[in-house]
Amino acid sequence: MASFKPTKIQVYPKLGEKVTQDTLYWKNYKAPVQIKEFGAVTNIDFSPVAPHNFAVTAFTRIHIYGPFSQEPVKSFTRFKDTAYCGRFRSDGQLLAAGCEDSVVRLFDVSGKVALRMFKGHTKAVHVTDFTSDRYQIVTGSDDYTCRLWDIPNATELSTYQEHTDYIRCGVTSKLNRDLFITGSYDHTLKVFDARVDKSVMTMDHGQPVESLLLYPSEGLLVSAGGRYVKVWDLLKGGQPLVSLKNHHKTVTCLSLSSNGQRLLSGSLDRHVKVYNTTNYKVVHNFDYAASILSLALAPDDESIVVGMTNGILSMKHRKSPEEAKETSGQPRRRPSYRVFVKGKNYVPKQDDYLVSKPVKQHLAKYDKQLKKFNVSKALDTALESWTRLRKPEITVAVVKELDRRGTLKNALAGRDEQGLSQLLNFLIGNLVDPRFAPVLVTAAEMILDIYQTVIGQSPVVDRQLLRLQELLEKEIDYQRDLLEVLGMLDTLFASSLPKKEVPCSAISRSNGMAQEEARPQLQAT
Amino acid sequence: MVEHGDIRVVHRGGSKINFREPVITNDSSFLLCASGECVKVFSTSTEECIHDLRGHTDLVTGVLLKPSNHLQVYSCSADGTVRLWDFTDGILIKTYVIGYPIYSIYASPDHEGIIFIVTPMLSDKRSELFQLVAVHLPQSGDQLVEARELSAVLSDVSSNPAAITIGRGVCSHHCCHQHTILNCYILKSEILPQGNKKGGRNTFTCVACHPKDDCIATGHEDGKIRLWRNFNHKKEYTYTTLHWHHSAVSSLRFTPEGTNLLSGGVESVLVQWRYNQESQRDFLPRLGAAITHITISPDGALFCTSHSDNKITIIQSCVKVSAVIQGLVKGDVRTDLMVDPRSKAMVLNGKPGHLQFYSLQRDKLLYNLDIVQQEYIHESGLQQFEVVKAAFDASGNWLATVEERKQKAAELELNLKLWEFDEQTQSFVLNTTISAPHEAQITAMCFCHAADSQTTMLVSTSKDGHFKAWQLATPARPSWSCDFVGAYHGLVPKCCCFSADGSLLAVSFQEVVTVWSPSSWELLTTLSQPPGAIRDLCFGRLSCSKYLLGTTASNLLCCWNLLTCSLEWSTSMDTSLLLADPFSENMAAFCCQAGCTDLFVFKPSEPRPLFSHKAVCSGKVTRAVFAPREDMLESCEESSQWLNCSQLYFLTQYMDLMTFITKAEEDRLMASSKQLVIDDSVAMTPFYLLLGKHRQQQQENQDTLSTLSAERTPLPQGSVAIKELLQTPAHVLPSTSFLCSMFVQSLLISVTDSREESKHAEEEMESEKEEEDSEGEMESSTSRPREASLAGHATETAALALTKAQARELRRVKKLDHSWLSGLLDS
Repeated sequence: MASFKPTKIQVYPKLGEKVTQDTLYWKNYKAPVQIKEFGAVTNIDFSPVAPHNFAVTAFTRIHIYGPFSQEPVKSFTRFKDTAYCGRFRSDGQLLAAGCEDSVVRLFDVSGKVALRMFKGHTKAVHVTDFTSDRYQIVTGSDDYTCRLWDIPNATELSTYQEHTDYIRCGVTSKLNRDLFITGSYDHTLKVFDARVDKSVMTMDHGQPVESLLLYPSEGLLVSAGGRYVKVWDLLKGGQPLVSLKNHHKTVTCLSLSSNGQRLLSGSLDRHVKVYNTTNYKVVHNFDYAASILSLALAPDDESIVVGMTNGILSMKHRKSPEEAKETSGQPRRRPSYRVFVKGKNYVPKQDDYLVSKPVKQHLAKYDKQLKKFNVSKALDTALESWTRLRKPEITVAVVKELDRRGTLKNALAGRDEQGLSQLLNFLIGNLVDPRFAPVLVTAAEMILDIYQTVIGQSPVVDRQLLRLQELLEKEIDYQRDLLEVLGMLDTLFASSLPKKEVPCSAISRSNGMAQEEARPQLQAT
Repeated sequence: MVEHGDIRVVHRGGSKINFREPVITNDSSFLLCASGECVKVFSTSTEECIHDLRGHTDLVTGVLLKPSNHLQVYSCSADGTVRLWDFTDGILIKTYVIGYPIYSIYASPDHEGIIFIVTPMLSDKRSELFQLVAVHLPQSGDQLVEARELSAVLSDVSSNPAAITIGRGVCSHHCCHQHTILNCYILKSEILPQGNKKGGRNTFTCVACHPKDDCIATGHEDGKIRLWRNFNHKKEYTYTTLHWHHSAVSSLRFTPEGTNLLSGGVESVLVQWRYNQESQRDFLPRLGAAITHITISPDGALFCTSHSDNKITIIQSCVKVSAVIQGLVKGDVRTDLMVDPRSKAMVLNGKPGHLQFYSLQRDKLLYNLDIVQQEYIHESGLQQFEVVKAAFDASGNWLATVEERKQKAAELELNLKLWEFDEQTQSFVLNTTISAPHEAQITAMCFCHAADSQTTMLVSTSKDGHFKAWQLATPARPSWSCDFVGAYHGLVPKCCCFSADGSLLAVSFQEVVTVWSPSSWELLTTLSQPPGAIRDLCFGRLSCSKYLLGTTASNLLCCWNLLTCSLEWSTSMDTSLLLADPFSENMAAFCCQAGCTDLFVFKPSEPRPLFSHKAVCSGKVTRAVFAPREDMLESCEESSQWLNCSQLYFLTQYMDLMTFITKAEEDRLMASSKQLVIDDSVAMTPFYLLLGKHRQQQQENQDTLSTLSAERTPLPQGSVAIKELLQTPAHVLPSTSFLCSMFVQSLLISVTDSREESKHAEEEMESEKEEEDSEGEMESSTSRPREASLAGHATETAALALTKAQARELRRVKKLDHSWLSGLLDS
C-alpha cells in the first residue's frame, strides 16, 4: 500500500537579491533612529577622535551628537543664516562652518561663541575644510573663489579665482598640507597647491560636481555629479578610471567604508548604494524615505548616518555580536535533549526482535483534506489569509491539483459572498503573475461560469469583478506592447546578423541559414 | 535475401499474471496463477516464482485446487484440456482431454469427481454463446485420459469467470445477454433452474455465494452490492443494497467463515464489509491499480488481489500488504524501449506516471520509478500526467523524462525532469524540474553519448519549431539549464541524434536533415532527400561512423556519407522503425508490408542485409531495443553473427514482448530449465541457496563433532529417512506396508564398515538424481527404501568412523572461511 503523495508545491526561482557576504554585512544594522531637524541636513561629519561624535549641519544650526545619544550633546546656533559644511579638525577640537552670509566661523567644540570669523567671501560659503597641518582653513564659495585662511591671526593667505561657477565641494589632502581639491558647478575638479598660485590639475566631470572624496592612499579621487560617480587616478595626471551610473537622480554625497573596500553614494533618488571598490559593482542598496543630501559612516562602520531633504536625520547602528546571534539562534523551541534522544541510542541485543514502528506521515492541512477528497475544504484551507498572502504558490498548487483531479469546479462552487470575494481578491492579486497565470486563468473562467447568474446581487463582488476586468485589459495592452517590442527586436537582430553561406551538398539544394535566437520567453495570458 | 535458418522469434517473458484469479494453497505458502501458456507457482512469503507448470499449448484460462486433494491442482486451457498437477514438485499428473476450448473451471465440494467448465455452445471458436458443462473425470491410471462424459448444466452463460459461482448446493450466475437477470439454480441429482431475479436496471458484474448462509452477493455496474436472501421461494426474494464503490464492482468474495465480504473495483481500494453489520467497513486504500480479482486462502489468513497493472498483492487478513508480485506492466507504451546502462534492465512506461525497470534476463520487474510524483486519482475520463519521453545518458548517471498532460481546453502541461543516479540509494533522484521547457509537445530527446566529453548535454526537439540544448551547469550543486535554442526556417523538428563521438548533432526538420556542431552551435550542412519528411535518424557506429541513416515518409531508407555530404545509397522500403545496435555497427530496420512486419539487419556501409526475417509478426512494430547479452555467443554464421553481443527485443501491436533466438541458445536454455526443484517450503532464492548451504554444513559439522565427542546416537526424528518420510508428498511415496518394515529397520542400530558406507554415499547421489527426474511412482518406490535404509546406516555409523566423503567435506569446510557468514547469521 503506497502512502499518500502530498501535493507538489512548485518552487520558483527567487527574484529578489541574492544573499552574499555583503548583504549580510550591510543588513546587520538595527532599526534606524530618526531625528527631526529644523531644515534639510546638508552635511554630516564624524569627529576623528575617540567618542566619534558627529556634527550635523541643518538650517541655521550645527548639532553635535554623541555616538548613541538621541539628543544633541552640543549645538551651535550663532548663525545669522543657513549654515553649511560643519567640519571637525583632525584633533577633534575645532569645528569650521560656512554660512549663507559669506562669513566662515570657527568654533571650539567645548565653547559656544565663534573663536574666529573669516570675512572676505562675497557670497555663501558652502565648503570649509582644515588642511592637514591644522593651522589653515580652505573655503569655497558661491562667488566662484576658494580661499586659504590662517587660523591664528584670522587672515586670508591666498585666493584662487579659477572656477567659473559655484564651488560646492572640496577636500584637503591628509598627507600633504598644501594640496586641496575643489569641485564646482562649472563641471570641473581642480587640484590646487598652496605653494603656487594656480591650480595644478583640472579634470572635467561633465556634470555639476556635488561631492568629492579622496581615497586614504590619495591616489584615487571620487567625484559625484549629475547621475554619475567618477573615479579619477591622480597619480596618472587625473585620468578617468571608471564612470558609474547607478542612480537615476543626482548623486549628492559620497562616503568610504572604514576599511576602504566599499564606496557608498547617496542620491536624490532616495537610495544609498554600496560599491565594491575592486570591480565597482553595486553590492548592496539602502532605501530611505526622502532624497538624501548627506551621508557619513562612523569609524569601523559602527553606524550609518544619513541626512535628508525633509530634515530627517536617520542613524543606523550596527548590531552587537550577541544581538546578531540572538535573532538567528532563538527562533524555535525544540524538545528538550532528553526527550529528543530517548531510545535513539539503544543498541538491540543479539536475540532481540526489532519491531519497526511505522513512521507517521505528516501532511499539510490542505493535503489532509485532499486525502479525504474534501475538495472545497482543501481549497478553503489553501485560501487562509496567511497562505494566500505569504505563500501564493501553495494556493496555486492546490488549485492546480484540484484541476488535475477534475474537481476544481466543485471546489469553487457553492460559496457565499465572503468566500467568493476572498477568491476574487486572490485572483486580482495573482492572476497576471506569469508564474501563476496558466492555472489561475482556468480557475477564473470557471468562477465566471459558475457565478454568472448571481452577478449584480452583491456590490462587493461586482466591484471586484470590475477590478478584475480592468486588470485584464491593462495586461492585454501590456502584452501587446511587449509583442511589438519583440517584433522590433527581431527585425533588428535579423538585419544585424551576417548572412552566412552554408556548404551545400550536391544533392540537397536547399540553402540553410543559422537562425540563432536569444529571445526572452513570452508568457502569454 | 538471406535465409534466416535457425533464428526464431519467441515470446520472452512479461506474460500476464492477472488474467484469471490466482489460487492460494491450503497452507497459504504458495500462490498459483495462470500466466500465458503456463501456471506459475509463487511463494507467498518471498514473492519469488518457484516454478512454472508447463504443458498447455494455449492460454491457460483457469486454475482450481482439487477439492479432494489439496496438494493437487487443476488447470484448464483454451487448448481443450484440463490438467492435474502436483504443484509442489511441478509434475504433471494427468491430462484430461475435453475437446472444446475451456474458458473457466469450477468445482463443488458436494460433487466429487465432477468439475464444471464453461465451453462455447458450438464447437467453433467464434461463438458468442457459452454453456456450463459438468464433466465427470474418469478414474484411470493413464497419464492421458479422455473425458467424454459431458453433461450440459446451463446454457447461455457468460464466459467471465466472475459471473458464475457455486455455493452451498446452489449455483448462481448472471446471464451475459440480458445482463439484468440473476439466475439461481439448485444443484440436485437433476438440475433445475430455481429462480430468475431481476436486478433492476443495473448490470451485474460479479457474484459470490455465502459459504454457510443462504445468501448471494452480487456486484453491479453502478457500484452497488446487493445481498440476496430468501430465494428458495419463488418471487419472495429480498435483498439489501450496500453502496460504497463509485464505479463498477469488479470482484466480490466471502471469507471462508462467511464473516466478511470483500469487494474491489476501479478505485483500487479493498473494502471489507462485516456480514450482517454492513455499516462497518474496513478499507485498504491505494493498492496501486484497479482490482480485477480477489482471492482468499482456504484458511482465511491471506487475501490476494489481482490488479489491472499485472500485479498481485498479497494481504494479510489484518489488512496489511505483505507481498507484491509484479509482472511487466503492459499499458500504452509512449516512451521508446530503452536499456538502463547500469542494471541492463529494459525501461518503459509502467504504471501510470511511472517508468518500470524490467530485467530481461530474470523476467522480473526490478522496480518502478515514480516520475510524476503525484497522487493517482482512479477515475475514468480523467486526464492524467503521462510519461511520454525518456532517455538515459551513456553511463547511466542521468535520466531525462518528459511528462505531459493535455486537457481539452487548457494549455498543454509539460515537464522535463532530470534524474541523477544516487550511488547510496541505488536509484534515481530528481535533480532538476523544468516546467514548460517548450511551448508544444516534445517530439524527440537524446543525450550526447560521447564517453569522454566534459559536459553532459541533452537535446530536445519540439513541435514549436525549436530544438533546445540543455547543459549541466556545475556550480556547488549541479543543475541543468538551457544552453542553446535553434531553429531552421520555422520548420518543425521531428527527430534528433548525436553521433557516437558527440561531435555532430543531426536534427531533422521535415524533409531536411541539419547537421550541427554542438561545440560551437554552427550549422555545418544540410542533407535532404525530398519528397517525404524524415521519420528516423541514426548515426552509424564504429567503422561506419561516417554514415548517417534516415528513413522518410515516402518509404525511402537513405544513407548519407558525412565526409562527402552526399547520398551513399538508398532503397525503397516502408520502414516503421530504424534502430542502431549500440554494441556493434549493425542496424535493424522493421518494415511494414501488407499487415506484417519484416526485419532487416544490415551494416550502413553496404546496402545488403546481413539477415532478414519475413513476417516477424502481424501489425506494425514501433518499439524495439537492442539489449546487451550477459555472455557473448560465439556464432560464426553470418546470419546469426549480429546476435552475438546483443539481443533484439521488440513490442508487437498487441503488446507482446518478443525476441530473436538462435537454435544453439534455445538448446542451452532448455537444458538449464531442466534443473530440478528443491522440495522445501521456503522458496529457492539465491539468498536461500547461500544460507541453506551454510546451514547444512553447519549441521553436518555439529553432527559430526557431537557424535565424535559424545558418541551419542542421534534421535530418530533427525534421521534422514524419517525426514524423507514425513516431508515427501504422500502421493509419490510407495505403499505404507512397503515402507513400514523399512522404517522400523531404520530405527535399529546396525554396524557397517566404512567401505560400504562410501559405496552407499555414491548410491545416494544416484538415487537423488533419480528422484530429481521424478518420473513416477515406480522409480521412487525402488530408490527410496534403499536410500532410507542407507540413510539410517549413515547416521548410526557416523559415530564410529568418519567416512572418506565426510572427511573430505570436513577438510573443505575447514579451508573455506565462513566466519563472515556466521557472524552475519548470528547477528
